[in-house]
Amino acid sequence: MEKIHFPQLKENLYYERLENGLDVYILPKAGFHKTYVTFTTKYGSIDNEFIPLGKNDFIRVPDGIAHFLEHKLFEKEDGDVFQRFSQQGASANAFTSFTRTAYLFSATRNVEENLKTLIEMVQTPYFTEQTVEKEKGIIGQEIQMYNDNPDWRLYFGTIQSMYHNHPVRIDIAGTVESIHEITKDMLYECYHTFYHPSNMLLFICGPVDPKNYMNWIRMNQAEKDYTNQPEIKRQSIDEPEEVREKRRVLKMNVLTPKCMVGIKSNKTGLQGEELLKTELSLQLLFDMLFSQSSDHYQKLYDEGLIDQTFSYDFTQEETFGFALFGGDTRKPDELAEAIIEILLQAKTGETLLPEHLERMKKKKIGYFLRAFNSPEFIANQFTRYAFNDMDLFQVVPMLEKITFNDVKDLAESFIDESRISICQILPQK
Amino acid sequence: MANTQEIKVKKGGITYHIIPTEKFKTNTFIFKFKAPLRKEDATKRALLANVLQSGTQQYPSRAKMRAYLDDLYGASFSIDLQKKGEYHIISISMEIANEQFLSVPEPLLDKAFTFLHEVIFRPLVKDRTFHPEIVKREKETLKQRIQALYDDKMRYANMRLIEEMCKDEPYSIPVNGILEDVDPITPENLYTYYEQVLNEDEIDLYIIGDLDPEGVVRRCEETFSFAERTPKHTEHERTFDRKEERVVVEKQEVAQGKLNIGYRTNIRYGDDDYFALQMFNGLFGGFPHSKLFINVREKASLAYYATSRLESHKGLILVMTGIETKNYERALAIIREQLQAMQKGDFTDKEIEQTKAVIHNQMLETLDTSRGLTEVLYHNVISKKNVTEKMWIDGINNVTKEDIVRVANKIVPDTVYFLSGMEA
Repeated sequence: MEKIHFPQLKENLYYERLENGLDVYILPKAGFHKTYVTFTTKYGSIDNEFIPLGKNDFIRVPDGIAHFLEHKLFEKEDGDVFQRFSQQGASANAFTSFTRTAYLFSATRNVEENLKTLIEMVQTPYFTEQTVEKEKGIIGQEIQMYNDNPDWRLYFGTIQSMYHNHPVRIDIAGTVESIHEITKDMLYECYHTFYHPSNMLLFICGPVDPKNYMNWIRMNQAEKDYTNQPEIKRQSIDEPEEVREKRRVLKMNVLTPKCMVGIKSNKTGLQGEELLKTELSLQLLFDMLFSQSSDHYQKLYDEGLIDQTFSYDFTQEETFGFALFGGDTRKPDELAEAIIEILLQAKTGETLLPEHLERMKKKKIGYFLRAFNSPEFIANQFTRYAFNDMDLFQVVPMLEKITFNDVKDLAESFIDESRISICQILPQK
Repeated sequence: MANTQEIKVKKGGITYHIIPTEKFKTNTFIFKFKAPLRKEDATKRALLANVLQSGTQQYPSRAKMRAYLDDLYGASFSIDLQKKGEYHIISISMEIANEQFLSVPEPLLDKAFTFLHEVIFRPLVKDRTFHPEIVKREKETLKQRIQALYDDKMRYANMRLIEEMCKDEPYSIPVNGILEDVDPITPENLYTYYEQVLNEDEIDLYIIGDLDPEGVVRRCEETFSFAERTPKHTEHERTFDRKEERVVVEKQEVAQGKLNIGYRTNIRYGDDDYFALQMFNGLFGGFPHSKLFINVREKASLAYYATSRLESHKGLILVMTGIETKNYERALAIIREQLQAMQKGDFTDKEIEQTKAVIHNQMLETLDTSRGLTEVLYHNVISKKNVTEKMWIDGINNVTKEDIVRVANKIVPDTVYFLSGMEA
């Protein structure tokens, strides 16, 4: 077991890669009641074309299957694992993103039993025709709930207008139709391909003794007969640089229009430090342009183009990435135009100021310290970073290293009219 | 609360609550301004919360305020509104990095005090009136925010249920006020209302972090000053019991129908039966092991979410679920059966233990965030009780099956609200 000390944050992180390939991290948090544990596989909605374990040919699985599998791991022959967690006083949950599926619990006592329940749940699949059929009604309603949610539709509408072929354009939960094709055999095939410990990461954050927990996990995993698994073969994706459509309009049962502008990233293929630097630099750039302290924000607000729902975000994964800007607006066309103008000006570098960068760096460092109060943030973000070969604890040193020229250069190369789309939600009537 | 050290100091019209703890990397300030929820004030109150975030004398715009906060290592700052029973609460929150974690130390705690003073006592005011342009702009934003509720069908259904169920009670007033009441507000009458808030509201300030309590209290007393007052209370509420359950169905273009049901319990935070009511809610619909989740979702496969929650200071239980419109009758029947089962005592000792364990866990988890901790402590201000952490834990532990059945039989269905798709 390795111990990594972070003096400025006053934290210690313990790490070990087990023989079966599982990465285990423990971050003790004194003073907290709660222990928060995530068990995550590097498998999400975009992994829909791959060579199943032990086969030779690529298959394409139904949309929404990773998320469906997440639901079904909670059900076993002797019932629902939620029941077990709550008997042990824990609250359990799970989520599926584009690139990850995470299972988690938080508990203030019986942490070891709950940890065992979590590991057993994830490592003992149990799928039957009947339980798979039953889940279709439940997930069908989950999908319909999102279909009525204009913010979700706006988000996905923007992604779909940007991407031609990349599976990021497929809704994470799939559609009512696509989930009907799912069978228990398909679930097993996905499970065996993506749930090997060598594709997974376990993170524990809470008032725990790292040595005891690491020993216990090591022994628990040694008892299981995992054999070495060959590398997972995911289908490569052929995606043009430019956006699929410049503008998409959806009519919904709403009163207030919504507008989002997206920039499709051209920074794919990065991992590790290079990705960390690119992602943070671009986040700083967009903070400089659109944070509430910016002149642009004040102007858009004074002109009545935005309200407090306005937000922006940038994420970059290995094969896709996008920046999104938008919110509720009475004037969706004017807002789109204004955002695009701000972005294109920034590309020239003329509107960027070094003192704004310094302010945004301070803001981000403070945000990061605040986030370290939250075991949820630490566990989930650490995992996302680790799956991209990045280190969450390098965020502050990297922020300190980023220069004005780094940001300016990225503004120049990242922002491009051919990679910008607009999506709008407009009232039906 | 027992394990939580809370130092309370009352000074004039404000009570300071200092909670020293080493577990956070930040210091948190939360002001609570409390007044009875009243139709004639609610919209002004909501607007005031927005206007106070739009500029001060030293930082005369949103951007300037935010730039200063960014310079304080991205301090977070917000003003928002809550309904707690029939009180309308303004919360002013600020969270700032603890300076000991900075490589170059800055007196951040001190600056936070100064900033909060600036926001509360030195808003952008001239001749006893708020800045007209800002008020105009914020009125538009508020209208947009009130309207936006219609677009979020889950929140909309919840608001409509309360609106129907509590028609003649202040509780039906939405937290952000009423659309028609926005236009008549002027920069002058808003200023008058601001003075009323400072002079008449019951005010509490929670400060949480790794800090020296005495020094902090001293700094509070130097910085803030509120005249002594007698806080206004809502009249003790009547008991509302409907003779017959009401059903309200509204049709809209929606993919999923929203079924929301409201029940009266007439039990509130601090009452003897309150812990038994918490247990009732836990068994009935509060968790993934509860009857609603098991029967509506897991067995009948009708819904993704099917839950109930407790409005502690109003004594309501609110059920919510999202279903296909054609399954309305079936879902409603299953939910009714679950209440009957609770009333007949159709639950096991094991389920009782399970529910106690989860409620206990939930409570401890809440205490792990400064915001959660504040909310828990603030219950006592609203209810004028003094429930400690130990009383809370013992209270839940001592609940018996008989208590739960007794409480279940006090629960009266009031209103069924269904937001239906067009197809039915």
